[in-house]
Parts: sequence; C-alpha cells; structure tokens
Amino acid sequence: MLTRQLHIHLAMLLACLLAASCATTPPPSEPPPEPEPAEEPAPPPPPPPPPVFNDNMEPYVPGTRELLKRVFYFEFDKAVLAQADLDALQVHAQLLIDNPDRRVVVEGHCDERGTREYNLALGERRSDAVRGFLAAAGVPESRIETVSYGEERPDDAGHTEAAWSRNRRAVMIYR
Amino acid sequence: MRNRWRAFAALAAGALSLAAASSCLGEESLDTIIIDAGYDRQTRIAVVPFRQGPEFSNRQPMADIIAFDLARSGQFAPLPARDMLSHPAERGEVFFRDWRILQAEYLLIGRAFAESNGDLSLAYELFDVTNERPMVQDRLTAPADNWRDLAHRVSDQVFEAITGVRGAFSTKIAYVLAQDAGTEYARYRLEMADSDGERSRTLLSSEQPVMSPSWSPDGRSLAYVSFEGERPTIFLHEIASGKREPLPRFPGINSSPVFSPDGRRLTLVLSRDGNPEIYLMDLADRRLRQITRHHAIDTEPSWTPDGQSLIFTSDRGGGPQIYRLELATNIIERLTFEGRYNARARLLADGVHLVFVHRRNGVDHIAWQDLTRGDLRVLTETRLDESPSLSPNGAMLIYATQDKGRGILAVVSIDGRVKYRLPSSSGDVREPAWSPFMDGFGQSEID
Repeated sequence: MLTRQLHIHLAMLLACLLAASCATTPPPSEPPPEPEPAEEPAPPPPPPPPPVFNDNMEPYVPGTRELLKRVFYFEFDKAVLAQADLDALQVHAQLLIDNPDRRVVVEGHCDERGTREYNLALGERRSDAVRGFLAAAGVPESRIETVSYGEERPDDAGHTEAAWSRNRRAVMIYR
Repeated sequence: MRNRWRAFAALAAGALSLAAASSCLGEESLDTIIIDAGYDRQTRIAVVPFRQGPEFSNRQPMADIIAFDLARSGQFAPLPARDMLSHPAERGEVFFRDWRILQAEYLLIGRAFAESNGDLSLAYELFDVTNERPMVQDRLTAPADNWRDLAHRVSDQVFEAITGVRGAFSTKIAYVLAQDAGTEYARYRLEMADSDGERSRTLLSSEQPVMSPSWSPDGRSLAYVSFEGERPTIFLHEIASGKREPLPRFPGINSSPVFSPDGRRLTLVLSRDGNPEIYLMDLADRRLRQITRHHAIDTEPSWTPDGQSLIFTSDRGGGPQIYRLELATNIIERLTFEGRYNARARLLADGVHLVFVHRRNGVDHIAWQDLTRGDLRVLTETRLDESPSLSPNGAMLIYATQDKGRGILAVVSIDGRVKYRLPSSSGDVREPAWSPFMDGFGQSEID
C-alpha cells in the first residue's frame, strides 16, 4: 500500500537520475585498432606432469619438487605413529594406489637402549605400524614388505638423547 | 708385553691396578685391562720364567701368559719375577725355602723346547710350597704354532689343581666388531679370539649387520644372524672349514639362534605369522616346531642346562620380563618380578642362577638372580650393558658395554668382585659369546 507506492516512486526517481547521468557521459570513443601480430608464436607446450619419484626412487609431494617425508620417528619404547605424520602417510598410501607397479619396504629401527634381540621385535612393531596404516588406507599388503633392523643400523652413531630420537624410526623405501 | 707384566705385578703387590696391555699377535686383537681384582685374599703363586729354547726367543714368555691368565681370574696374585731369588726350571733346582721367604703358596716351573721334528714340547711342574710337595707334573707336545694354546692349557691345569674348578683359559670368545656405524661405510665383522682377547680372526665381514653369535656345544660351529641380502637370515658356520650354510628364511624376523645342550636342535625366533614367536628346529631334518603362541613379543630364547626347558623374554605382562617354558608340558612360569625391564637371560650350569639385562633408574646393567630364593643382585655399574655370556666353568661372565662412547667387552666374576675390560682399537665390539670347553686345542690351529 503506502510503502509499495513509495517504492515505485523511488524507483522512478532513481531511473530519472540514472538517465540524467548517462546523458552527461561522453559518447564512447572508437575502439583502438587491433595490434598487428608480429609473428605467430608456437603454442606453449603443455607443462610436463611433475615426476612422482626422483632418481633415487624417493617420492615428491604430488605436484611439487619437494621430497615427501618418508622417515617417521617414535617415542622411546613405543611403536605408535605420531599424529603429525598421518597426512604424509596418507599421501604415501595414495601414491602406492596410483602407482600399482611400485612396492615399498618399511624398515623399523630402534635406539641402542635395551637388548638387541628384543629391539628387533620392537623395530618390527614400528614397521608394522606403518604397514598397518597403509593397508588400512587401501594399499594391498602384498606390496608392503617390512624388515626390522632393531638397533643395528643407527642413523646417528651418538649416545645422546638427540641421537637416540633420530634412531627410533621407520623408513619407507620404494622399489 | 711389558705393560701386561706390570698389570699383574701391580695386582700381586695388592694394588688396585689399571694397566693397558698391548696385543702382540694379530694387530686387531682385543686389549685386556684389569679394573678390579677385589678378592680380600688372593692365592700367592710364583710362576717362574720358563726356560725357553732359542727357537722360541721371539715368543711371548710362556710364564707371562700363564701368570696373566691366573691374575685375570682374580683369585691369584702372581709374584713379580724380579722378586724371585732363583729361577728353577726342574725339580732338582727347587729350594722351598726361597719361596717360603716370599710367602708363595704355590710354585710353577717349566721349560719349553723344540723336538727334533720342530714340535714344541712343554714340561711343567706345580708345587705346594706350604707342604713342600709336588702337585701336578705334565708334559705337552704340539706343533710350534700352538705356543699360546699350551700356555693356556697349563693355566687350566694349575687353576683346577688349586681351586678344584676347571679352568677356562683355553676357551674362545666370538663377538661382533662394528666399524663406522651410522655411515654409508658401516662394516660388521664376526670375530673370534682367545679368552684373553689375543689372536682375533675374522670369520665374516659384511656391509650389513651381523648379530647373535652362538656356539655349538662342541665348539666347532657358530650360529648367527646375518642381514646380507638386506633380509635377516640365520647361518650355521663351521669354523675350521669356513663352510657356511643358511637356514630357510621366513618373512619377518629370523633371529636368536641358540643350540640345544646336545647340539641336535636350535631354538630361534620367527615372526612369519606376524608376531615374534619361539620355534625349535631339528637340525637333522630341519623340521620346525612352534613353541610359543602369544600376541606379545616372545624372543631371546636360551636353554636350561638339562635341555628340558627354554628361558625367554616376553612382554606378555606389559613390559619385558623373563619366563621359563617347560618343553614337555608347555607350562610357562614367570621368573623375574623386580624392575620393569628384564631381558636376554642365560641360566648358569647349576640351573639355579640366572644372569640377564636389568634396567634400574633407566640404565641397563647385568644382574644375577637366585631362582630358589628370588633375590636379585646387580653385577655391573657400567651403562648400556647387554648380551651376558657365561664362561663354561660358570666362574666368569662376559658382556658388552660402553666406555667413552665406544662399544667394549667386559668381564665380571659371578660374585661381582673381579672385573676386566676388553676394548678394541678397531671399532665397537659387542655381543660376546663365550665358547664351551674345547677338546684338543680349540679350532683349526691343530689337527
């Protein structure tokens, strides 16, 4: 009613104002001439798909030249994957699913504390933790092999907590 | 050599001694450093320098080898040769008064000479000075290469005649030498040396880890794990011939081979079903029998001396503890309760005393437990101690530890009083395995 009429009047007023403003703008100038094409360039080749692995069979983060994390560290006497590593492991799982001709060996390692043969078993639990994640993510178990080295192949031969934390690890090696 | 003499000369003087001994044979032999020979009362013995034929002038004096053996046992204080009033080599030259003055309780004399065929002949005699009577007289002959073997043989006989316990100086130790670990040049060697660390020789050299050497009861073979081929495989290795034979390999862990006391079976650990379990292999037909079935870690098996039971480590109770399994019944009994980490046990020949790795305040030591009474005693105050192995006479225990960041071997008497170390100048040494008593002169040096 009242408001509706008011709206209509407002709309009409707005239309008048717009028309007035249009009238004051100069007429559009002639469009500039097309620039003469100097030479016909070869169409740029489509960018090559980024490689999945480097020459050492280490995978890149998909679409980048950054190597994907493939060493995962563990707490003392534990074989539980760190929450922060699960994203990278998920990428590995997809990589294996997308590259069905690739296999992976998961090495399990320990620090030097504790007995050597018990540490072989602990190292196997660490490699099994990685295998379990990959399998749950859909990688066929037949393409995942595990080998435990226990404390026999340290990454850091030192005897400090820093060295030990570098040695408690699972390493993914693609084949 | 001179260092070595000083080592036990100082012991004889009653001093707490620390002396390095340079190796004389095999440039990579283990050194021997006596840390503590803590017996209140050591038996005073005079080991008179043996009369040695000119053919043997370049050999280490035989009396030095014998005196050092006896000193290492911790039970003897050999008298320094410079204090001796006379150097008899035959019975007619012995005047007991000369030895009573020095308060020697026992006197050992001898002479080494070449037979017409070049063989070494060694005649020796042991006397009880207190009672002025001869105790042992013997003559040993062997190819001249067996100089040290004959010396250790005399040590064995002297030790047994005086203490009543069979000497173990003629035995060997096998161990792993790791070089450049943590680098791409890492090398792992399986070595064997005399029980005094001398005459080491390499049985296997590999770019991949070698683990868990274990002697056959006849002392002729070793079983061990090698990661050559980048997968763990158990090998049987005949020492004299160098012949190696891999056992069938299974997916996962293949570890911890230990011969049964009768040498017919091997206990080992496989994780082929996804979890480490203990198995027995009949060495005649290679048949496998699974012993443990548990979702926990079961590993580090060894045998009771009667061959009827296995001792092993399991974390079925939460953390690693030691258990005993009777093979006939599969009855399992937990043996250790003190502390949260007890592992890799070996039972003494008496079947009653257990040695194992025991973690206390976060540090791994070797401990000893009486199974009848249950009391536990820590034997070592070093850290990162592991792989205890018993001498065949049960008197001493060799284990691996660290000194200044280096892996070394160390020996402690079962009563904890005697300690000596066997470092290597050529790398980290570990996983010592003390051989059984050996017939003849040990392995291949003599036919």
